[in-house]
Amino acid sequence: MTIILDPTDERVPVARQVAPRPARITGTVALLDISKPRGNVLLDRLEALLSERLPGITVKRYAKPTFTKPAPDALRRQIFDESDFLIEGLAD
Amino acid sequence: MLVDGQERPHHFNGAAPSVVCFVKEDCPTCREILPVLVALHDAFGERLPFLVIGQTTDGNRRLAEQFEPGFAILDDSALKVSFAWDIDTVPTLFLTAADGTAERTLVGFVRDEWQALADHLAGTFGVAPAAVAWSELPAWRPGCGSLSVDPLIADRLRAESENSPLRARRIEIASHDDEFEFMFDQGMGDGLPLVPPTPERVMRMLAGTQRDPQEVVAVIPPNMGEATVEKIAINAVMAGCRPEYLPVVITAVEAICTDAFNIHGVMATTMGASPVMVINGPVRQRLGMNMKLGALGQGNRANATMGRAVRLVVRNVGGARPGGTERSTLGNPMKFTMCFAEWEERSPWEPLHVERGFRAQDCVVTVFAMTSGPVQMVDQDSRTASQLAGSLGLCLESAFHPKAHYGTDTLVVVCPEHVDTLWRDGWSKEDIRRRIQEVTSRPIRDLVENEVSAVGFKKSAAAAMTAEQLDRHLPKFRKDSDIHITVAGSDAGKFSGAFHGWATGEIGSQPVSKKIEELS
Repeated sequence: MTIILDPTDERVPVARQVAPRPARITGTVALLDISKPRGNVLLDRLEALLSERLPGITVKRYAKPTFTKPAPDALRRQIFDESDFLIEGLAD
Repeated sequence: MLVDGQERPHHFNGAAPSVVCFVKEDCPTCREILPVLVALHDAFGERLPFLVIGQTTDGNRRLAEQFEPGFAILDDSALKVSFAWDIDTVPTLFLTAADGTAERTLVGFVRDEWQALADHLAGTFGVAPAAVAWSELPAWRPGCGSLSVDPLIADRLRAESENSPLRARRIEIASHDDEFEFMFDQGMGDGLPLVPPTPERVMRMLAGTQRDPQEVVAVIPPNMGEATVEKIAINAVMAGCRPEYLPVVITAVEAICTDAFNIHGVMATTMGASPVMVINGPVRQRLGMNMKLGALGQGNRANATMGRAVRLVVRNVGGARPGGTERSTLGNPMKFTMCFAEWEERSPWEPLHVERGFRAQDCVVTVFAMTSGPVQMVDQDSRTASQLAGSLGLCLESAFHPKAHYGTDTLVVVCPEHVDTLWRDGWSKEDIRRRIQEVTSRPIRDLVENEVSAVGFKKSAAAAMTAEQLDRHLPKFRKDSDIHITVAGSDAGKFSGAFHGWATGEIGSQPVSKKIEELS
């Protein structure tokens, strides 16, 4: 990972690029629990619905160690390497 | 030491047991536990100090108004104490021992832990338990992230705690991303690749100046962004500068942000203006600037990157971007970069900075707002100063439009062969200026709108003039001093150059010269 310093007056957040939207969901869908209460309940339900409607896909579950901090690099890399899509359960 | 809402100081001296609790007003758990803290304070506040620390000034005020606690809520809006205590989550409560170390640490709200703490304190002090209806409270609330670990703030806090001079926001580029593509995507540049401004490169760049990285050099419109030395250094890295160039870039930013130069107008005009930087003094040789063959062109790092750095500062810190407030109809390749050095040693005349009031040994940046050029003034035939200066005048008549007189100024770059022709006849810069004004003088009647072109005096204005007034001759430039003269270029070739100005005078832009104090 490279870190650069912001050359602007920092009045706007750094824009992140939205990945291209694929026409169909295939491959592996990652479900990321950020470890906030009941995030797992929501993701359990999502997993059931995804498996029912898209039987061809694989669902993989991940969890951040704590919701207060960004996901560790290793976890981000793992999700990136193992998945094609990511759904993250944010907040509570 | 922290202050409360009334600016009264409170100390944590670690000499007696204390309750220290970090809260944040917009955290629902903090709001939920505040009545518990109030009850604990009511029960034990006379036995041990309660230091309740809030992370936003406004939030602290709202908490105090809503809960009217018997304790003050201390202001840690600078988040330095939260950072120093390594707070990840609010609320976090510490029961500290007499030696200042944490005896108990409660993160978030776990009812059993808080109740055990209350029982412990009641037992320790032999007083009645705190009046808390524990069963009405939730068993567990996780709390929220502490503001001090907010990614937008944490880097600044870390830099401050490590005494790092860097304060700019850190942007992480994932290892799967290409940093050059990322910077293109973020719109940080001029369309050419940028050197990634990593903290290491910016630190090296800052070594080029003695100035405080957080010193605000200028406030740049249209965003009125603060150009600190650090921000200028970041853009200088991106432009490809070496650290020793930085004082020149900083001084140029100061110069363009003056009221006289008016960078806002220069950027916003549809006419396509941009600053030209002329460098004078010993710094030219020290930085290896080009003032000879191809001085106005590409190929020299100092010339190319210093001019580019100034433009990137205007774009990134000031926010002047094409299509935003930068509204140039055609644009201008000089908007990428335009910086050159005067070949003072080849000139028989006083160099530009001395004419403008500086000492010869001073290092000076002069900025000029140009809209066209460098326009080549081709004269391979004139062998007298009078003819050659006449040629320069005829070429300069095209500035803006041949019929537009008094509208602009010019920066002339006389090439060495032309210098020799002019100097052989002993001509001074004043002589050259006078000749330019002489050969461009036209009677007003020739400058009235006509069937060839509507530019110039309006017919209605001309109709109100007497024959004598219509015969009055107007030179191209309002003042002789609107013709700025420098020397550069290779020894071979009879091709001088001219930058045509923008609207000059107080309504537009006036050239500004600034000494590079650090190098002089």
